[in-house]
Parts: sequence; C-alpha cells; structure tokens
Amino acid sequence: MDLERPLPTPITPECRPYWDGAREGKLMITKCRACGKPFMYPRVSCPFCASRDIGWVQASGRGRLYSFEIAHQILNKAFKVKTPVVLAMVELEEGPRLLSNLVGIAPDPKQIRCDMPVEVCFEKLTDEISLPMFRPAGGAR
Amino acid sequence: MSDLARLRELSNTVCIVGVDESDEIGTVPGKSQLTLHVEAITNAARDAGIKVSDIDGIFTAGQHSPATIGEAIGVVPRYVDGTTVGGCSFIIMAGHAMVALYHGLCDVAVVCHGESGRSGVGVSPRRDTALPGQFEFPYGFGGAPTYFGLITTRHMHEYGTTLEQWAQVAVSTRKWAALNPKARNREPLTVKDVLDSRPVVWPFNILNICLVTDAGGAVILTRADRAKDCAKKPVYVRGAGEGSEHVMLTQMRNLTFSEATRRSGEKAFAMAGVKPTDFDHIMLYDAFTSGPPLMLEALGLAKRGEGVHFFAEGRSTPGGKLPINTNGGGLSYTHSGMYGIFPIIEATRQLRSECGARQVPNTKLSLVNGMGGMLSAAGTLVLSNDGGR
Ligand SMILES: [Zn+2]
Repeated sequence: MDLERPLPTPITPECRPYWDGAREGKLMITKCRACGKPFMYPRVSCPFCASRDIGWVQASGRGRLYSFEIAHQILNKAFKVKTPVVLAMVELEEGPRLLSNLVGIAPDPKQIRCDMPVEVCFEKLTDEISLPMFRPAGGAR
Repeated sequence: MSDLARLRELSNTVCIVGVDESDEIGTVPGKSQLTLHVEAITNAARDAGIKVSDIDGIFTAGQHSPATIGEAIGVVPRYVDGTTVGGCSFIIMAGHAMVALYHGLCDVAVVCHGESGRSGVGVSPRRDTALPGQFEFPYGFGGAPTYFGLITTRHMHEYGTTLEQWAQVAVSTRKWAALNPKARNREPLTVKDVLDSRPVVWPFNILNICLVTDAGGAVILTRADRAKDCAKKPVYVRGAGEGSEHVMLTQMRNLTFSEATRRSGEKAFAMAGVKPTDFDHIMLYDAFTSGPPLMLEALGLAKRGEGVHFFAEGRSTPGGKLPINTNGGGLSYTHSGMYGIFPIIEATRQLRSECGARQVPNTKLSLVNGMGGMLSAAGTLVLSNDGGR
C-alpha cells in the first residue's frame, strides 16, 4: 500500500499504549500517580517528581493551538501529503504538548491563530496505526 | 570559598592563542569532513605559533570523537572531551578547555570542528530517532526549520514581532558579509528580497534560514602565562557558561524564552564580572533570523519581545553602536551544520584587530553565544583582549 506519511517508527514498548489507544480513537497520555501530573512523551520516570509510579489516562482531546507553521516543502521523502501542510504544536487541556498537523482549515496564516481551540481527530493509516491530528474545535469548516 | 568566588577564580586564566578555518570553506566536494577538520587544526596551530604535537587536549563534537582527531593528527592526548549538544558544543567546550587547562589536566587545548554539511563527503548520520520517529516525523517534521518556525510563530503571537523585523536580521548580517572576503553570499540584500524569497516553512522564507556549507574551524587555547609566548596577542577567556534544557521542542518550557540561554549567559557574565550591556561586539548563532533576537532577550540585553529592535534600528550594522555577527553569520558567511566554532574565530579576530574592512574599531569586550538544537542547549563566552577584570 502506498502511504502518504511515514508510519511512526520504531514503536517503542514504552509508547505502545499510546498507539493502541489511537487505533481505537482514544488519545492516551501518561500521568504520574505520585504527583498527579500528566506528561508526554511516555517515560518510566515522572519529569516533575521522578516517581516511577506512572499510569495511562485518556485525554479529553481538547486543547489549544500553541503554535504553528505552514510547510511549503517537506524534507522527508516518505512524507507525500500535498503541501502546504499546517505543522502544529498543540497544548492539551491536561497540559502536555504534542506535535501534530492542523487539518480542516485553510493553510493560511491569516486564518490560523495561536491559542485557537482545537480538538483531536484520527487519520487511519493502516489497520494498526491511526494518527492523532487536530482540527478547529466544533468541527471542520 | 563562595560559588561566585570559585567562578571568578577561573576568569582570565586561559587565553585563545590560535584560530582558523579549513583551507577552503563553502562548497568543497573534493574533501571529506575529516580533512576539513584536520586542515583547520593545522592552520590554527600555525596561527598560534605552536606545533601540532604541542596539543595535548582535544575537544570536539559531532561525528568525530576526540579519539579520531588525536589519531588523525598523530597526538596521544592527555585530555579528551566529546560533549555533543548541538552546534553550540564548541562554545561550551572552550569553557571545558578553560577548566582543564586551569587545573593542569592539559597544557595546550584544541577545540575543533569539521563538517561536510553541503557535499556530504565522509558523512554517516547516526542518531537515536525513536521519539521523533513516533511523534514528529509522521506529521512532516524533520529538519531544523520545521521546529524553529514554531518558536518564531509563537513569538510573533506573544509580542507582535513581524516578518519585516525578522528580515532586518538577514539584511544587517548581509551588510557584514559584504565586507568579509570569506563570506559565501556578499551581494546587497533588502527586506523586500527576504520577504519575496522562496517560502520554505512559514514564517520562514529561504533567506530567513542559514546556509548549508562545508567547513572546518579550530581554536587553540592555553594558560595565560604560556599564551605570552605564542605568535599573536592573546585573547582572554574572561567568562564561560553553558546550559541545556530540552531536545524535543514539546519539552521546552517557554517557547519564546530560552532557559538554557539565560542560565548560560548568567554564569558567563558572573564569572567575567560584566553586565549584559557592557559589550562592544557580539556574535550570536544565527541558524534562523529569529535566533539572535531571542538570544538577546534570554541573555538580558533586550527586554522580552524587543530583541529585533537591535537590528531594525541599525545598531547591529557596520558603523552601528553594537555590531552583531560581523563575519556575516550563518546566514551569509558559512554554516556547515554545527556553526559554533566560527563565532569564536570571528570574535578572536576582532579582538586582535585583524578584520580589515569589517574591523570594529576599539573592540575590547566580545560576547559569543550559541545554541544547540532549537535553543535546546546554549554556550556563552566573554572574551577580551586585556587580562584586566
Ligand atoms: Zn510526578
């Protein structure tokens, strides 16, 4: 099958629950059971308190567009989505930030604003992999 | 002894005594990066008036370990350091060399770099991509502009900085490049040229982004007592600092303010006993036009959001009150990938009054500050041409 994007590679054991969740349409994030703070990327020790007691929770999928760019060219040859593409940093309402793409809006810096509310959506790449993406909250325009 | 007294004790104990590039810089397809590296070392040794065999401390970053360099130049070093935290590693390692020299762990240190960034001769990339491979590459991220643009957009949102203001940085830097025979791009540049150049990743056009070249560079350091016997006037390391905050951009605490840079500058200024406003010459790592203004803000030279004013008002240009990036920078002179050695070379040459048409008159105190990754790490040097405090 001809994929438009590089698949997440390699899926490390520590991040497996994130990708298992995404396949089922759930945005899973890690959370420290000791200090209660959620964080991403997944790791075995809490970056806030160094506790090793880490669990997974489902995020609401809501957040704000912390920053963005509009890519007119992509260096990675395995990325074949037609440009321009909106590259995004999203801050989840739980706190952690993720890199993603902003979809459902024209790739125009006059229309896209930092801090605009966004919500997760998923793009199925294969039977195994769905990729969390974000769109303006309240559905695509 | 207080922490500050310990820092101050290092100040002015070590000097830069030799600097140079590889024989050629720019597009050099006929040479491997190891050759660029070794050329720079032999050239810097000649500049210092020392023999290569005098070198007994090797400090290098990137694909070559200090062991590779020792082998290549026929030296069995007494001290090695391969700290690799991005392009500023060489600035950080000048500080590491200062400490090693001060304590007598080595007597003559070389901080050196060679990279075939443009032609890729003798290059074999290898790094751990497990995290970006999962969380960044599937979205089209990859390559520095796709990350630094996020920092830049957020700065525009928080402070109202504009594309025109970023372009001013490129224009100012090009004015210096026009005066440097070694600079790659020397033709005049306008704000409109930058704004009309090819879009890469908004908010960056191609002229907001550094060159990609082949180049080597080296800096030789020794203790101040021994420096007096070298070929040229010594340049004193009056202060040195470093910092490291993150690698993945999602982990940067405040996208518009580099904590690594702040800490690096504070340590270097404390060691040197100077204020951020004391400098008469400044070298800032300019991989992108937005980098230098953000560094001025994190170093305390400019208020938050106001770093661009240094460039828009013409302070930074030839004849200006505070010359910045007088070699033409990574934007117009050369940028091999890990640029950090080159601002040290230029600051040293300015402090020696060797710069011909681009010489800044009466330069006494120079600031060198670089970043690694996306403002992820930082290194700062305070350099002067007298040993006074
Ligand atoms: Zn915790």
